[in-house]
Amino acid sequence: MPSITASGLVVALGGTSILSGVELNVAAGEWLNIIGPNGAGKTTLLRSLLGTIDHEGRIEIGGFELDKPQDRARVLAYVPQSPVIPPGMYVVDYVMLGRTPHRGIFARDTDTDVEVAIDVLSRLDLAGFAEREVRSLSGGERQRVVLARALAQQADVLLLDEPTTALDLGHQQDVLDLVDGLRRERGLTVIATLHDLTLAARYGDRIALLADGRIVKSGAPTEVLTADVIAEHFGANVRIINEPDGPVIVPASPERIRR
Amino acid sequence: MTIEPARLRAGTLAAGFAVLLVAVVAGLGLGPVGIAPRAVLYALVDALPGVSADSGLSSIHEAIVQEVRLPRVVLGLLVGATLSVSGAAYQGAFRNPLVDPYLLGVAAGAGLGATIAITQNLGDGSGFTDLVPLSAFAGALFAVALSYGAGYIGGRSTASLVLAGVAVASFLTACQTYVLQANSDAFREVYSWILGRVATSGWSEPLLLLPYFVVAVAVMLRYRRALDILAVGDEEAQALGIDPRRVRIHVVVAASLGAAAAVSVSGLIGFVGIIVPHVVRLSFGTSYRVLIPLSILFGGAFMVLADLAARTLVEPAELPIGVVTAFLGAPFFVVVLRMSRREVW
Repeated sequence: MPSITASGLVVALGGTSILSGVELNVAAGEWLNIIGPNGAGKTTLLRSLLGTIDHEGRIEIGGFELDKPQDRARVLAYVPQSPVIPPGMYVVDYVMLGRTPHRGIFARDTDTDVEVAIDVLSRLDLAGFAEREVRSLSGGERQRVVLARALAQQADVLLLDEPTTALDLGHQQDVLDLVDGLRRERGLTVIATLHDLTLAARYGDRIALLADGRIVKSGAPTEVLTADVIAEHFGANVRIINEPDGPVIVPASPERIRR
Repeated sequence: MTIEPARLRAGTLAAGFAVLLVAVVAGLGLGPVGIAPRAVLYALVDALPGVSADSGLSSIHEAIVQEVRLPRVVLGLLVGATLSVSGAAYQGAFRNPLVDPYLLGVAAGAGLGATIAITQNLGDGSGFTDLVPLSAFAGALFAVALSYGAGYIGGRSTASLVLAGVAVASFLTACQTYVLQANSDAFREVYSWILGRVATSGWSEPLLLLPYFVVAVAVMLRYRRALDILAVGDEEAQALGIDPRRVRIHVVVAASLGAAAAVSVSGLIGFVGIIVPHVVRLSFGTSYRVLIPLSILFGGAFMVLADLAARTLVEPAELPIGVVTAFLGAPFFVVVLRMSRREVW
């Protein structure tokens, strides 16, 4: 099970600096949530780890720098925020795409590939959807299908970019519970970006706050999610209610009502 | 639980070959001299090297099948298959349904090349020494190279490449119009070249096209699975472990080479590269594992039938095949579009 280390990560897009020296350590089997205001570079950070954008600095996965896309894809599986769903593609074929790093691009599917796909579909309660077009599914079902493709990669690290956007509260919980269950079951390392701070506190082991192109704070939810930190980096006026299973972040009442 | 990933079923493939065979037999048997399908089949087998079969036809009729119609049918088959598989591959590589193999200026470049050759009287109309197809081929490849060059100046995105192709095509068409205006006596001949034909007096055109057909078809068949992966976009394809730019450049170069060769021997036959792949998508689904092989078979069959119509509808005159492909293809496409329940783009 690989740990992930990024050091001195610098990314500039179109002349604008997005990441300016990110230091990140994620232990094997850990679940890290990356939070930060809009435009902080959360997605860019995931993409750098994934190797899909040019970056400076060192990224080691399990102690190795992996330069070839195929090598990375065997270790890192990615669930994008807005996945491209090809028209007319069936669920089974979409999930089978996850076998690409093992199969290569020219070879035909092996029995193992099909077995893995069937296994993942059953695990995610998608067996009945196998012959449906992905585009015909609801948002929650689609998110599970995209997750199924990532799991079919049999990678040890799961990178989730805002996995709960566009889902209602119940489906948000479903997806994150599912990830948590799979993580325990398969010993996955999870790195997720999340907008919802309360959810970020509830799921996962640790939170890293990304702001101004750096990780400015990292630690247990109660350490990172304080009213002062949130006021400083999100420009938001919040109250923190400490519940037994984690802090709850609620917007403070507007000024005029309080007076 | 049984699940079946997309693949080309044996029955579908057999149906594709059957359609192609029917088209070939019709193309060989029908015309001013009608020849029965059975005799056509025997004559066809007899034409194979090292095989002899008695078709029961007179030597004149056998010559009509083997020496007059067969080269023309084979040329139509190769041109149709090449254009439609190239179109399917272009659509996959650019993830755009409106793209055809002429996107990067193949047609405009070939048009300019042919116009120059015709106006300079370089065409003697006799097979391998005829410089018109060679000049058209050179023009088509020049156009694609120019589009790639210009596309890379404007960044490396697919969109900039497409825009560069549009710019190059307009530029070369303008050049062609200028050359033609300066030599208006060649107008008729150039216009007839542009409208396209698969008429051939022998085997030189099919043989000219054959190597490019083989390369284009082999590359596209090899990349059919890769095109399915490319359908999720460059970033996700890369996250799945492939290099999308490399796949795209290989596919586009092979498709352009095939389209350039097809255009140089047959003129600018439109429509096939867009319509045939879409009919296949609407009928058999969007997976490139199915689409690529079936586009080859149905593209070939479609062109053979279109050529049959071109030479029989207004006998003894001939219609330009580019007119026939659109005239028959457009209504056919609308019917398929209406009947299909699939959402393909």
